[in-house]
Amino acid sequence: MALINGSTASQERARRSGVLARRLQAYSILGAWAVLILVFTLLLPETFFTLQNFTAIANSKTATVLLTLGLIFALAAGEFDLSIGAALSLGAAIPAWLYAEYGTPVLVGIAISLLAAALMGSLNALLSVRYNIASLVVTLGTGTAVIGLVAGIVGNSTISIRGDWWNTVLTHRTFGLYTSFWLVLLIALIIWYLLQHTPIGRHLYFVGQSREVARLAGIRVNAYRYSALVTSSTLGALAGAFLLGNTGAVQARIGQFFILAAFAAAFLGSTAIVPGRFNAWGTVVAVYFIETGITGLQLLGLKAWVSDVFYGTALVAGVLVATLATRLRSRLSERSTL
Amino acid sequence: MVNQTVLQFTGLCKTFGATRALIDVSFDVQAGEIHGLVGRNGSGKSTLIKVLSGYHVPDPGSQLTLNGQRVNLPISGPEAAAQGLVFIHQDLGLVPAYSVLENVRLNSWQAKGLQRIDWKKERAGVEEELKRFNLRVQADTPVAALSQVDRAILAIVRAMHHLGNGSNNKVLVLDEPTAYLPTDSVERLFEAIRTVAQTGAGVIFVSHRTDEVLTITDRISVLRDGRLIDTVTTADTDEKALVSLILGRALSSLYPDRIKATSGERVLEVTGLNGELLRDFNLTVDRGEIVGITGLMGAGHGEVPYYIFGAQDAKSGSITLNGRELKIQKTTPAEAIAAGVALLPADRLNLSGSSTASVEDNVALPVFRRYFSRGRLQLAQVRDHVVGLLTTFDVRPAIPSYEFSALSGGNQQKALLAKWLQLGPNLLLLHEPTQGVDVGSKAEIFLRISEAALAGTAVLIASAEYEDLANLCTRVLVFDSGRVIGEISGDELTEAKILDLCYRGARRQGAPGMVFQWRPYRVRFILRGTEPEFAKTPTRGATSRIFRWQPHRVGYLETDKGGASTSRSGAHGSTKGGFRWQPHRVGYLETDKGGASTSRSGAHGSTRGGFRWQPHRVGYLDGA
Repeated sequence: MALINGSTASQERARRSGVLARRLQAYSILGAWAVLILVFTLLLPETFFTLQNFTAIANSKTATVLLTLGLIFALAAGEFDLSIGAALSLGAAIPAWLYAEYGTPVLVGIAISLLAAALMGSLNALLSVRYNIASLVVTLGTGTAVIGLVAGIVGNSTISIRGDWWNTVLTHRTFGLYTSFWLVLLIALIIWYLLQHTPIGRHLYFVGQSREVARLAGIRVNAYRYSALVTSSTLGALAGAFLLGNTGAVQARIGQFFILAAFAAAFLGSTAIVPGRFNAWGTVVAVYFIETGITGLQLLGLKAWVSDVFYGTALVAGVLVATLATRLRSRLSERSTL
Repeated sequence: MVNQTVLQFTGLCKTFGATRALIDVSFDVQAGEIHGLVGRNGSGKSTLIKVLSGYHVPDPGSQLTLNGQRVNLPISGPEAAAQGLVFIHQDLGLVPAYSVLENVRLNSWQAKGLQRIDWKKERAGVEEELKRFNLRVQADTPVAALSQVDRAILAIVRAMHHLGNGSNNKVLVLDEPTAYLPTDSVERLFEAIRTVAQTGAGVIFVSHRTDEVLTITDRISVLRDGRLIDTVTTADTDEKALVSLILGRALSSLYPDRIKATSGERVLEVTGLNGELLRDFNLTVDRGEIVGITGLMGAGHGEVPYYIFGAQDAKSGSITLNGRELKIQKTTPAEAIAAGVALLPADRLNLSGSSTASVEDNVALPVFRRYFSRGRLQLAQVRDHVVGLLTTFDVRPAIPSYEFSALSGGNQQKALLAKWLQLGPNLLLLHEPTQGVDVGSKAEIFLRISEAALAGTAVLIASAEYEDLANLCTRVLVFDSGRVIGEISGDELTEAKILDLCYRGARRQGAPGMVFQWRPYRVRFILRGTEPEFAKTPTRGATSRIFRWQPHRVGYLETDKGGASTSRSGAHGSTKGGFRWQPHRVGYLETDKGGASTSRSGAHGSTRGGFRWQPHRVGYLDGA
């Protein structure tokens, strides 16, 4: 590390211990994941540690991953988006309903729902950026209203598109994994690149962390907030489309059940891979980490309620870990600046 | 009580790994003494305080004696309190949403457990304590509603309450208590500190501000690189000597050579600018020129940089930059930056820098785009670049991955200056660039500003640090009530001259600057630098005037409407106008009890209280 030419030996040591602590935290979730798998494997050698189980976990959660990837845009920009559930409902139920009712091709239906979700995102942005209303409040309102509207249009029954092209393509298996899984990985890769390796990503984090500092550094803060909210809604609707393709049948209010899962994964994910930031790979890992735990517990015979308990716990635990880690880091920093 | 040692450190050492933070430090605090503790960032000051508070474990062999008794180190919190040791840190540790009463009592209600709290009794007790410290606030007021200085005093009230009325001697440790206070309210905090000292307690006063330390303390201990350099008697030292002790070199190097000549190439031209306070403001700044704008608090100069940068919208006027006129209502910071303007705001942790982001991200924020090539952000190059900057600007530690808030104030400011100077701006706007910055970093910052100017940057500094402006600027514009009332340059540009102008304006226009504060039952006045001789410490005026007894003609001075007519030679504040007649609500200033013990440096006599409530025996301040 020749580039640290200005620092003394003790600073260098402190820097290394800081880097080490950060690395340790970045990948500790992978360790925890391994432990979780090990425990369930020991408890359930027959059912848990099977290729079939793992591919099932991977394939079933692609929509959650995508939904959470959208959410981290809003969170990184310092905005809460509770309307992602409504976006997911839009993306899942509207194409299915158009297909069942009018025979509209699913892809057209998806395009319409993405547009609708983008509009909802714009409305969220308009109210929270332009009129300065807390996004938490705005998105709670629009989200609830939109889910209601979707239910009003579509009705309460489950609509199926099974056998349609969209369903067949997304559930086509390559190496045992759905096309939707590979697509989500690709999207995660793109988002990771965008957030981690472009100025846009850096600016977005600054907008979320210190809005005024960003503004005074010449960053168009409102444009970033606006785009972030539109992105989270649009990706939420895309997640809905993926859910539709994966399962082949959906219900209007389906989005409601995904909100907590997405927030839990986003916050847990912000403690991993790039600690302290909402990041793509942290999010992917967090979703599957939580899902592994839930699947394991369900295989042990626990009922569906266990997922709520697990999501709630993961949300709080994720934030707790992040807080404690920040404190530890600042303590390490403090010691070496003396 | 005479010369009784209440606290003594002997052979204090503290090692972190290979770093020796404290090396054989010994010093003592006497009963009734206010003992200053000064040193640069990293001198060991905060380590010493943290050893004292039990946060750090000192090396074996270190000894601490409290009231003549050896104390086992590390000292625990409850033990420290039992020994009469209490701390007030910069953040004061008050709960803003709770009332004054609740904050003072916190965990020391007379009732225990499930017993009912006797509110009446508690309130009476608290009011008594508030009164002792001259703190005129209601016990039920939430702390959030108090001014900064009232909060600081409240923290002292609480600390003294927690120490109780026991007979053993107490030590109050104040860690940078004035860092967030407006300069003109510091004197009130000092009064409270003196009240503490008068009870026989020892006070350790930690501060970066040498003028304050010289004003309030009896003795000063100076730390440098972990060693105790010297303990001096305040009355026998002056600012210059103190600063050279702190730095280990002479004061003269604090300022670079002043830039006197200018190129005449116009960079900035402001005409008829109107803002919140600002009225019809005109300004030109040339290439390579350093222009200072100053005034008393609220004079309006602080707005100027933000208007020029487009961070705030001015009401009207025109701003021309490099011959191009900016749209006054429409300019955004992004456009200003593109036009070569940089702004370093005063609020370091909310406007200039992001406390939770890393040093690297903070410094590189305006240049991320430059490092986007071959489809990605070249993070290694960004890091190289930032490390280079940190090294050049002497930021310590030069570790880019550190959280920004982990740096000391001085190092934060140097990093932020680097953030903007890396753009090579043709106009650099600074607002209070050395607020809460240690002396050493100050010198570094001045040097960088001066270098930038020599390289052709036009610099505009809005600041209330008159001495800094006088030594750094080519010329200085003095504001009052939103208007420029004078411009000083060349040999005329001295601190005294700036001050004179600041206060003369205040006197003429009856602006805040010399204001009586209405305190029911205890009229007192805050007299600030009414004459140039007191210039060095404008916040601490003298009160050696005599009150003339005039039972039927008293009230309080609202504003100093009459001050202008007094001469400069020492006829302080008259009362020709502005008295509101309030016969039943006044008191009089008995004598100037405080004058004797203050330092030699020019901060004569303070007002420390001394008002006796005497509704029938008051008069008005005579025009001497």
